[in-house]
Amino acid sequence: MTPERADGLAVKRLEGLSGWGRHPLAACSAVRPERHRDLLAVQGPRLARGRGRSYGDAALRSDGTVVLTERLDRFLEFDETTGILRAESGATLKDVIDAFLPQGWFLPVTPGTQYCSLGGCLAADVHGKNHHRAGTFSAHVAGCGLVLASGERVVCGPEERPELYWATAGGMGLTGIIDEVALRLQRVESAYLKVKHQKAPDLATAVRLLSDPAHDATYTVAWIDCLATGSSLGRGVFMAGEHAAQHEVSLRFGNPKSCKPKRQKRLPFDLPAWALNPVTVRLFNSAYYAAQGSKGTFVSRYDSFFYPLDGVLDWNRLYGKRGFVQYQYVLPTAVAEEGTAEILGRLSHSKRASFLAVLKRFGPQGPGMLSFPMEGLTLALDIPVSPGLFELLDELDGIVMKLGGRVYLAKDSRTGREVFKAGYPRLEEFLAIRRSVDPEGLFSSDLARRLGI
Amino acid sequence: MALELAKRGHPVYLAGRDQEELARTASDLQLRSGAPVWVGEFDAGRPDLHSVYFEEARVACGKIEGVVLAFGYLGDQGRAEQEPDEARRIMEANYNGAVSILLVAANYLEAEGAGWIVALGSVSGDRGRQSNYIYGSAKAGTAVFLQGLRSRLFKSGVHVMTVKPGPVDTGMTFGMEGLPLLAQPDAVSRAILNALDKRQDVVYVPWPWRLIMAVLRAVPEKLFKRTSI
Repeated sequence: MTPERADGLAVKRLEGLSGWGRHPLAACSAVRPERHRDLLAVQGPRLARGRGRSYGDAALRSDGTVVLTERLDRFLEFDETTGILRAESGATLKDVIDAFLPQGWFLPVTPGTQYCSLGGCLAADVHGKNHHRAGTFSAHVAGCGLVLASGERVVCGPEERPELYWATAGGMGLTGIIDEVALRLQRVESAYLKVKHQKAPDLATAVRLLSDPAHDATYTVAWIDCLATGSSLGRGVFMAGEHAAQHEVSLRFGNPKSCKPKRQKRLPFDLPAWALNPVTVRLFNSAYYAAQGSKGTFVSRYDSFFYPLDGVLDWNRLYGKRGFVQYQYVLPTAVAEEGTAEILGRLSHSKRASFLAVLKRFGPQGPGMLSFPMEGLTLALDIPVSPGLFELLDELDGIVMKLGGRVYLAKDSRTGREVFKAGYPRLEEFLAIRRSVDPEGLFSSDLARRLGI
Repeated sequence: MALELAKRGHPVYLAGRDQEELARTASDLQLRSGAPVWVGEFDAGRPDLHSVYFEEARVACGKIEGVVLAFGYLGDQGRAEQEPDEARRIMEANYNGAVSILLVAANYLEAEGAGWIVALGSVSGDRGRQSNYIYGSAKAGTAVFLQGLRSRLFKSGVHVMTVKPGPVDTGMTFGMEGLPLLAQPDAVSRAILNALDKRQDVVYVPWPWRLIMAVLRAVPEKLFKRTSI
């Protein structure tokens, strides 16, 4: 039988729990409330875990209890005049899209996967391809429910208990357990986007396209070929998208507000670690650059545009058993381009294969104390774990720190305290609020302990 | 299960003990499906009120087309062997409660001359095993009851389906080790509704349990009692 807990919840031992990057692994004890009242009853040192889509150790707690929120995924209220959906925090972005896109509503901000929970999106204060215009996820939340260390449940938002809210948005679950989120959805006319792809033969062009108002769009991002060197360093494909109006969606797509579900592919096994090597990735990158770069303007389904990787359900197995590391940094505008050139130079010199490298221009920083985005350029990389990788990332950290940037906690599994503290100057403010709601420090995570939060 | 029904456009009435949780589930069903959803009281442990509960549901919905019985109490076999009260709770929730409400539903549907009953039992009712024979015997009793009810209602055009799920990934099983073929609740619900469409009498979900239980039932008692199953 399972061990008895004071709160009466059954415990499950999860021996090799990890984030989406499958590195690091930790042995954790988990409880899974099936009713909302069970969530309120959980006691002791704990941490909420939504759908496990952060990459590193943000949703791991090896010295306490991991509270799985996945069963608390109900929609509670929807107001058609304001577009505000109140839902339990374990509901996923996909749940929201499936229920509301056919009625002409879409997420105000979405990260690159629709399988993350609403609670996770707020705790990591995620951003999307529209950050330069729409800001982060937390800017579109009217309020959230938060279960504090004492077991008391409070509501906070930009209007109500704003300090607690701006500590919770981006606070990585360290202020309490988010049990409900009231998210303001945006009106859209269709489930499709008008997309424009353009080749950017070098980094300067990619940066210019991302910054030039003439090329600006609601959604902009550039895919970067990290293995390109010399004069093509930083070459990539600039992608811009706008929600398509109803009349812009060809009739051959059928109902413009919904798309047929895609066949989900699975990767039935871990790819061997050598499968993604500089040669295969270089081949892939060249083919991708040529094909995607010459696509011009076209109409795309929302899921192909926002969630290309979700098409393969467990794409994290691509990187083999050792897992992979996501590395995402942001640099302030003034130094962003030279810094990115320096980082890409190091990367391409090290010949480490990063399949996915995405460059994006961020808009102004929001009020979240530990929110990642700041005005400047951000680059996201995923790199398979192999010997020497961590030394290389430490070097990149050094560049980021020197130039006044920061790394993204939702993707991090290895950065150091010094780099973290330099990048997040509002840490003390955050800690003060956390102490006021959780004086005993019941909420923590492997990430928080590693970074001394 | 309720969500799958609501998604097919059926109005749904959720009855149970925890009104607060039911209200949350009801809003969810409504927002995801657009179908009307009501909530009401039901306590398997209060057979004296079962006809009242049922009448409340009927008044709310106007007409009841079908009934899904999905409550159960696994209990603690070890404790039940020592404490008669725990054994009684297991028997009462799983057998008495089920029979009582199903008779009320049966009488209503019989008079309507149409409808269906889906009752969730368990594979544990197929063979007494030392690890959960009290729960199993209550489920076995319910299964025999359903056989009789099926024959009785057949004449009135009311279909009775017995569902025998293997272990499902719910709060009842969370944290238990070594559960074979642990099924996800939404997959189980879809399988049940597909079986109802085909008007099956007894359905195992997931389906391999039909074979597994056939084998288990076939083992002679002389041999079975010596195993640790």
